[in-house]
Amino acid sequence: MAVTFDQEAQQGLKLISPTLVYVLLLLAAPLLMVITFSFWTQDYLTIDTTPTFANYREAWGTPIYPVLMWRSLKISLIVTAVTVALAFPVAYFLSFHVTRRKALWLFLITVPFWTSYLLRVFLWKVILGYNGVLNSALLSIGIIDEPLTFILYNLNAVVITLAHAWAPFAILPIFVALERIDRSLLEAANDLGDGPFRRFFRITLPLAMPGIVAATLIVLIPTVGDFITPRLVGGTDGLMIANMIQIQMGKANNAPLGAALAVSSMLVIGVISAAIFLGGKKLGGRVR
Amino acid sequence: MRYLSARWLTVYAVTYMIFLYAPVILLPLFAFNTSTIVAFPLTGFTTEWFVGLWHTETLHVALWNSAKVAVSTALLSTLLGAFAARASARFAFPGKTGIVGLIMLPLVLPEIIIAVALLIMLNQLGLPLSLWTVVAGHVLICTPFSIAILSSAYRGLDRELEEASLDLGESRWGTFRRITLPLVLPGIISSLLITFTISLDEFIIAFFLTGTDVTLPVYIWSQLRFPAKLPSVMALGTILLALSILLLIVAEALRRRSAARQGIDTTLAGV
Repeated sequence: MAVTFDQEAQQGLKLISPTLVYVLLLLAAPLLMVITFSFWTQDYLTIDTTPTFANYREAWGTPIYPVLMWRSLKISLIVTAVTVALAFPVAYFLSFHVTRRKALWLFLITVPFWTSYLLRVFLWKVILGYNGVLNSALLSIGIIDEPLTFILYNLNAVVITLAHAWAPFAILPIFVALERIDRSLLEAANDLGDGPFRRFFRITLPLAMPGIVAATLIVLIPTVGDFITPRLVGGTDGLMIANMIQIQMGKANNAPLGAALAVSSMLVIGVISAAIFLGGKKLGGRVR
Repeated sequence: MRYLSARWLTVYAVTYMIFLYAPVILLPLFAFNTSTIVAFPLTGFTTEWFVGLWHTETLHVALWNSAKVAVSTALLSTLLGAFAARASARFAFPGKTGIVGLIMLPLVLPEIIIAVALLIMLNQLGLPLSLWTVVAGHVLICTPFSIAILSSAYRGLDRELEEASLDLGESRWGTFRRITLPLVLPGIISSLLITFTISLDEFIIAFFLTGTDVTLPVYIWSQLRFPAKLPSVMALGTILLALSILLLIVAEALRRRSAARQGIDTTLAGV
């Protein structure tokens, strides 16, 4: 038995090694380099390799960076909450009310995701703009007298655009979790006299929690790193930490500071993700 | 009560779908509109923006670059994905969770972090930026998708079929070619199509890692600054949209055929 296991282990390791080597060389090594880099400093055109915390002092001490970091977090958390809250009823509808053509619905939900991300963000600018689709439509029906200005170049625009961009990523994990719920549990709750609300909060929601946590993390993490949406529709209020990382890597030519900002934001996201994961585990997963 | 809530949910789901499709529907509308200003009301029907694309040399270069990057990415990531998916579906080995976790990591890593990390390493090694560096980054983010697609294909594979083939005297290569490959082929094609589509549309990594040769999304980004260029960007977007949907339908059909062949519930396979 031991021999066969060894053989199997060897075969498995051999088979996965090309992919593993690729990821070690092009993901693990660069990530380690970013961490090393964040302890170095930019000396005009050359890099000073004396280890120092200077970049971290700047990243956490200079007002602008913590402000941007805090704002990115706030925007990402709002975007995530809105996206998941909007997605949940759709996932619920798909799982409990659609009986035929489920696959078609799922397919239709993913199609818009496959149009160019840049163009989708840009089209929201067209929809939400001063002379945009929404304003011109509302004006022509006579609901408003002058164009609404609170919908573009601010937080609202960023939230709408990102809630749209990440929709399928929020719906699918919740849908999968809902599909796994044993329907006889719901019937049992019914028979035992639970009303629809009690049944929802005691069975459906706790059992859907793993899906909700997955959706939250899948939306939250990439959103913190997005710099296109804030740049195109966010205006100055929507500027996020990723824009600053991009500026430090490019125009400002201070890669070590950019690296320190990147590492700092990863740490912050990591801590928050862990908190969400543990919180979700505590709240859900079993019938209450 | 039950009836009411079901009706509201349907109304909500339909409204949500309108929200999802709003930008997608606008794209072709403005691509065929005569006005250079992207706003309502529509002024008239024209195909001049599409004709214009035909004569834009820089676009053709960007398109060709993107095609090269996307094809290389699709082939490489599907190959690496196939190794990893097969290993994790078929074998137990020490450190499996950690190794697979590391390979899947790019799924939950912001793209800007991957881009910055690769950029810093390439600069340190003194390697010039080129289309190959973009491919290197794209393979990282596409491999997890390929693994997700191929894992379900491999998991559904009946191990006994392969063992029977070996027992009956077929060689390892022969078994792979005559049993394994035909059964997972739809999954492989679907993985190629999906990774191709992801690479074709990826902007952040391409933006950081491209040298003087730009890919299509980087070209589009540069065009968004010029208002006069917008209608042609819309026309280009329309063509890309049509192409992506076509590829997706093919990929989806293949995935379902592969799942059906192995008797897996089609709604859940691969999700």
